[in-house]
Amino acid sequence: MQDDFRARQLRARDMLRGDLELPEIEKMVEESIMTTTLDKAVNWARSNSLFPATFGLACCAIEMMSMVAARLDAARFGFEAFRATPRQADLLILSGRVSIKMAPVIRRIYDQMLEPKWAIAMGACSSSMGVFNNYAIVPADKFMPVDVHVPGCPPRPEALMHGILKLRKQIQADPDQGWRARYGGEGTEELLPDADTYAAAINVPGGEEGQGA
Amino acid sequence: MPDATGLELIANDLRDQDDDGVLATVFFREKAMLIVNAPFVPTALEHLRAMGYSFMASVHGVDYFPEEPRLGVHYELLDMHAVDRITVKTRVHTEDPHVPSASIAWPTANHQEREIYDMFGVIFDDHPDLRRILMPDDYEGYPQRRDFPVGGEPVLFTHNETKSPGWWH
Repeated sequence: MQDDFRARQLRARDMLRGDLELPEIEKMVEESIMTTTLDKAVNWARSNSLFPATFGLACCAIEMMSMVAARLDAARFGFEAFRATPRQADLLILSGRVSIKMAPVIRRIYDQMLEPKWAIAMGACSSSMGVFNNYAIVPADKFMPVDVHVPGCPPRPEALMHGILKLRKQIQADPDQGWRARYGGEGTEELLPDADTYAAAINVPGGEEGQGA
Repeated sequence: MPDATGLELIANDLRDQDDDGVLATVFFREKAMLIVNAPFVPTALEHLRAMGYSFMASVHGVDYFPEEPRLGVHYELLDMHAVDRITVKTRVHTEDPHVPSASIAWPTANHQEREIYDMFGVIFDDHPDLRRILMPDDYEGYPQRRDFPVGGEPVLFTHNETKSPGWWH
């Protein structure tokens, strides 16, 4: 194995010097270049760098936190960067019960995330209302599209890890399997509704105040 | 706690102020309770505050369904120096659930009365800001009343099955 590595190093040196003959060049290209489709490469990159939103709802959030801690270490798979704004996140973990008062807020956060985006309903409450099966709680499926449900009350961090790896596999194979289009879950991003109105407020050059300054 | 005699003395003092104010006294498991008419609640609370019960620990709502009057409001008072507690209770009908608000004299009652209004529909007169506090503003009904449907989704438990469907094996 080591000799093999040494041989490849020497061949690379020879190629840079222009000493290689055609058959050897062809062999080297065969060995060192991998071909794939752009879609696959992009999905591979996306699936290995999911940024979850920093968003905890209830007790499941504690398990979610321990998933990124040292023992399970979600950083191994590239999920450790919890983003503090939905604009930078592409995974929303519903970690806990969703009350009917919180549901519009969560829907808005989900809409503020930019495509491509995914959602995990973690625990019994956000999937099926769990022990809080009463007038105050609403299951996540009723107001937003959910890709993966992780059962448990709360799920162990390993279970959430398993859910995220399932999601990773799903993204690599087929990002949404077409169900987003079927359920009207596409194109929900909340962009600035009226750019002219907000231009002055967010101090963008081109707004009236911006030009004056 | 005031003992049974002490409770009767307090009740007598209150009856001097209003004959119909105090409906009953209950001394149960070392706990003293005054049951008063709804309009008399602020007077009773002020009298107890002057006696030293100056800390309002809690305000609860209760639904006594199917008894009438159905809705109850409990005020738990605490004397921090004597470490002494007393409870003031009142009952109102669901058709006319009006209780004078205690939140002007006792600011801690503000949110707790809002919660009772939210969950049981008791209306606290002269409350500075009587809105729903836990449920959304456009919510209809009072969810903690006992005739309110529990809601939620039906759940299929295995013990509801007449014979084994076999899906859990």
